Amino acid sequence: MAIQFTLNGKPQTVDVNPNMPLLWVLRDTLGMTGTKFGCGMSLCGACTVHINGEAVRSCVTPISTVSGKKITTIEGLSADRSHPVQKAWIEIDVPQCGYCQSGQIMSAAALLAKKAQPSDAEIDEAMKGNICRCGTYQRIRQAIHRAGQLRGAPAKAANLGADENTEQELSARTVGVGGAA
Amino acid sequence: MSAGTTMRVDRRNFLKTGVAGATGLVIGFYLPGDFEALAAAPAGSAAPAALNAWMRIGADDSVTILIDKSEMGQGILTALCMIAAEELECDWKKIRPEFAPTAKEYINPAFGIQGTGGSSSVRSSWDPMRKAGAAARDMLLQAAAQKWGVAKTACRAENGVILHVATKRRLTYGSLAEAAAKFPVPQDVPLKDPKQFHTIGKSTKRLDTPDKVNGRAEFGIDVRRPGMVYAVVERCPVFGGKVASFDATKAKAVPGVKNVIQISSGVAVVADSTWAAMQGRRALDVKWNEGPNGQVSSDSISKLFAERTGQPGAVARKEGDAASAFAGAAKKIEAVYEVPYLCHATMEPMNGTAHVRPDGVELWLPTQFQTISQTVAAKIAGVAPEAVNIHTTFLGGGFGRRSELDFVAESVEISKAVSAPVKLTYSREDDMQHGMYRPASYCRMAAGIGADGWPVAFTSSIACDSIMARRFPDQVKDGVDETSVEALANIPYAIPNILVDYQLTVAGIPVGFWRSVGASQNGYFSESFVDEMATAAQKDPYEFRRHLLAKFPRHVGVLDLAAQKAGWDKPLPAGRFRGIAVLTAFQSYAAQVVEISVNRTERTLKVHRVVCAVDVGRVVNPTNIVAQSESAVVYGLTAALHNAITISRGRVEQTNFDSYPILRMDEMPVIEVHIVPSEEKPTGAGELSVPPLAPALCNAIFAATGKRVRRLPIRPEDLA
Repeated sequence: MAIQFTLNGKPQTVDVNPNMPLLWVLRDTLGMTGTKFGCGMSLCGACTVHINGEAVRSCVTPISTVSGKKITTIEGLSADRSHPVQKAWIEIDVPQCGYCQSGQIMSAAALLAKKAQPSDAEIDEAMKGNICRCGTYQRIRQAIHRAGQLRGAPAKAANLGADENTEQELSARTVGVGGAA
Repeated sequence: MSAGTTMRVDRRNFLKTGVAGATGLVIGFYLPGDFEALAAAPAGSAAPAALNAWMRIGADDSVTILIDKSEMGQGILTALCMIAAEELECDWKKIRPEFAPTAKEYINPAFGIQGTGGSSSVRSSWDPMRKAGAAARDMLLQAAAQKWGVAKTACRAENGVILHVATKRRLTYGSLAEAAAKFPVPQDVPLKDPKQFHTIGKSTKRLDTPDKVNGRAEFGIDVRRPGMVYAVVERCPVFGGKVASFDATKAKAVPGVKNVIQISSGVAVVADSTWAAMQGRRALDVKWNEGPNGQVSSDSISKLFAERTGQPGAVARKEGDAASAFAGAAKKIEAVYEVPYLCHATMEPMNGTAHVRPDGVELWLPTQFQTISQTVAAKIAGVAPEAVNIHTTFLGGGFGRRSELDFVAESVEISKAVSAPVKLTYSREDDMQHGMYRPASYCRMAAGIGADGWPVAFTSSIACDSIMARRFPDQVKDGVDETSVEALANIPYAIPNILVDYQLTVAGIPVGFWRSVGASQNGYFSESFVDEMATAAQKDPYEFRRHLLAKFPRHVGVLDLAAQKAGWDKPLPAGRFRGIAVLTAFQSYAAQVVEISVNRTERTLKVHRVVCAVDVGRVVNPTNIVAQSESAVVYGLTAALHNAITISRGRVEQTNFDSYPILRMDEMPVIEVHIVPSEEKPTGAGELSVPPLAPALCNAIFAATGKRVRRLPIRPEDLA
């Protein structure tokens, strides 16, 4: 069954089983693997995407239900890591293994779109659906507050305060997977 | 590993790594993540010059650092680049990390195989990486000196250029690399005085963060290959059970399902998407031979352990004569402690991608153990180990689980059967119910307290299954598996009579390395019981430890730092309570003070603050030591508050994150991490701060309620 929707600002049509969860359409059919599989039951938040601006767990969202809707995934949040949440995540150096971070970032971005300067209690409420097994929660909280400050601020990278002098510069770069024969 | 072995440039490896880096995109070589920068490199540009097994320098001044440890969140990729850059004196902005292939140059000297674990990465790479950087720098200096016709000593290396000091002439590393690579690799180049370090010891941002904020970091589960099919496996719910028979008729009728095949561990369903494979699996009808474990339960295992600890075991440590000392003691205390099996629950479920061809195997693996994966794959595929090529991806968490081989063997078996590249994915339920668990363990302890209030005897009898008996049997010596007794057999307290014995008890549940291994349970046993001793002696738990650790300055260092930062000498606000613990693990030292409040009516607990002190020797990346300590505290806290893998009829009862909850944002305490400055050799931080959390927390609960928590996880009745 052909289903049409908008994916990261572009029209998209897929012809798949209407019951197939959006997660697997993104990952296997469309090859967009930034959205992660964690539990398949809406328990961990690794698969979080935006549907019409709301944070939604794509692992329990049948593809038939997104017909005509606007979907944003981690790949579409910004073209160049310039979304305030991504900037804050880089500034605070949030990720460890990084596997849950697409979902964390999408949940945080949805929160900040509604609430520019969320309180700690509001962060708890919006983020408690996202598990991080590396336990980066303290830095996630810090980065959400920071992203709140960055929203609407000039595009220039913000200072980190006390750490600024000791933190080395980081330019976006590639990490290669080796093992070539 | 000798310096000579470390530094020799293996010709085969030189060609291998050189070709991969230079012509990757041209030949369709696989690269994860954001490869725009590489794609923009002019076609046909010269191959980067390999100065040794870890460092390649391109004509464009790029410095590729081969990372021979798996990056599972612990920040090793960045730490290794920092160590290399310190001696190489390259431009940090030009560094490009790349995961190393599987080759003898990359064998972890701590293990004798290529692999990551045991908090050994910085410790084992420190010397090789520094020496490699220094030797490569020397080769660049020689190349510049030769070009200018000056003495090498008249030149200096800094920030990616060689400078002729007198004339201020400069040549970039990129312009010298090809000539430098032709020099023999020098031996024993003097290493920098740590006082000159500009990179090591400075908080440095992780190199993998940019790829981890836009979805481009490629984990094993993200691998895609041309012609790839997707697989899931139905395994026997009882450990050790086998397929008796199966009917695939309905499964094969599911749209997208291509094959249903029997493999060693169960029945594999192969399809054109992961979801279709999962649907096909639900339609499978499998009959099992459950084997000998069908009646095993958590209760039966606990009873078995209790019986075994009543009998003398293999002696792990004996000092003095504990039995006689008890007879002369003023007071004797006894306690039984117990912990359950625990699952790793990495966020990325187990997976592996294999392509078995007649002449060899390509594997894309989120693995901690490359060498053994290679061996296992070679055996299944019937090829030589050298014909198995492993591409190590990012690991979405490891914690020891990814040192296992189940996902490797299964993906190779399936690919061999269907003659296509196959990606095998575990569901969360598969991952949780078919793991290799932190051993459940049972521990009887006793202490004799002398008339002066100081302990005169300590005994501990442990029963649990052995990790080493399953993984590396020759490591079980005289009935003792060190991982079963660590953090108990080596307690440093000044107690004259000590007996620690061990009953290796096979319970039918596979056990494996789990972040901090034996220290995860034995640290809880020992540091809780030491607190019981302090109570029996009517002494302050911090002062009691401090007195008995007088001969162990690094223990005292972290203990004092944690106590001081937590304000141990100051009273807490009403309703707040705290506990303390200190131990050594993985050659590092940690102490923690946990601050809590307890609502005894509601039987609830809030953890407000965890103050950590760590001594990991010389620190490579301070911000990462902080991050790892925070991470370990959350890992330990999750287990203490929430987690048990329980067994019924030989099956794991937990299925997903609803029955095996992970700590979430709203339960998160404030974590403060303090690092003891040190010039000792660097050691690891990835596991260190897991074990002190449970005892410090339970000691705080005792302070609040007057009741000891002797069984994990903490239950509501423990808080009444």
